[in-house]
Amino acid sequence: MELAYLGAAIGAGLGAIGAGLGIGLLASSAMEGIARQPEAVGDIRTNMIIAAALIEGVALLAEIICVLVVVTK
Amino acid sequence: MAANADGQVDVIGHILDHHSLEVPFINAHHVFDGHIELPHFELFGIDMSITRHVVMMWVAAALLIVTMMSAFRRPGGVPTGFGNFLETIIVFLRDEVILPVMGESGKTYMPYLLTTFFFILYCNMLGLIPYTATATGNISVTAALALMSFAVTQGAGIVNNGFFGHWKNLVPGGLPAPLLIIMIPIEIIGMLAKPFALCIRLFANMIAGHIAILVFLGLIIMLKSYVVAPASIALATALYMLEIFIGFVQAFIFTLLTALFVSMAAHPDH
Repeated sequence: MELAYLGAAIGAGLGAIGAGLGIGLLASSAMEGIARQPEAVGDIRTNMIIAAALIEGVALLAEIICVLVVVTK
Repeated sequence: MAANADGQVDVIGHILDHHSLEVPFINAHHVFDGHIELPHFELFGIDMSITRHVVMMWVAAALLIVTMMSAFRRPGGVPTGFGNFLETIIVFLRDEVILPVMGESGKTYMPYLLTTFFFILYCNMLGLIPYTATATGNISVTAALALMSFAVTQGAGIVNNGFFGHWKNLVPGGLPAPLLIIMIPIEIIGMLAKPFALCIRLFANMIAGHIAILVFLGLIIMLKSYVVAPASIALATALYMLEIFIGFVQAFIFTLLTALFVSMAAHPDH
């Protein structure tokens, strides 16, 4: 039964890796876009936040499932 | 924060909803862990008790009414002080978020969107004050908020495109018939996944931040050592600052995504 804790922890870590990669890539392209075209900073920011929120939503869903594994074990 | 003698810290208990309010001094074992019992009652067999998250929502709503009324009911029409601060936020939301995303029709939905924003913001901020609870860290509260946003989205679609037009817009026009068998279930799942994601995102963000702060503070009690206290208090303070930022960002994202979904439902051709 202790393996449930291990599984939840590994799952939380994998979720964090995925979200980190996703948001990192997103931010890097957004920065590049802003550097190339500084006048589009407002549009880029809004769209970046929307995409970041969507990526984060998936990651948080994974984390919630990990918490559920521990709590309902 | 509840902690017993053998170094166990009740982190989850602090996050969950209770039938009592945490206050100092009253009914307390120690000075700081008092509580006020709240009334229980049931309606048609459903538990409708007033819990501390309900009280926090009432406080947020009352604060919302009081601050907004005092900030904007001015004979001159020019807000000062706190009203000026609120106006900055409202003008930012109107000019940078709602009108660019929704176009001119955004003005119709502005009252709803701004109320959502400020209610979530007030709930998030109230949860950061000691002895209070975060109402948005309760999945029922965020589910209700997401449900309202879902209702507004569908309502906007039906008002703008007619009842049947709205459901026809679910799938893009001009698809071959066999594809519809796959597309219709996918689009229905997508329609329901949007409010579900709104609900989970707000809930998980508020919960995660509070758990992280409590874990850092709880380290002092778990390790029973004064040596870790400076480091863990410094980290908890840093996380607390981050929580203030996250409180703003999550309220903003909830409003932004609601505006986006409403505008997608109202004007599917865009």
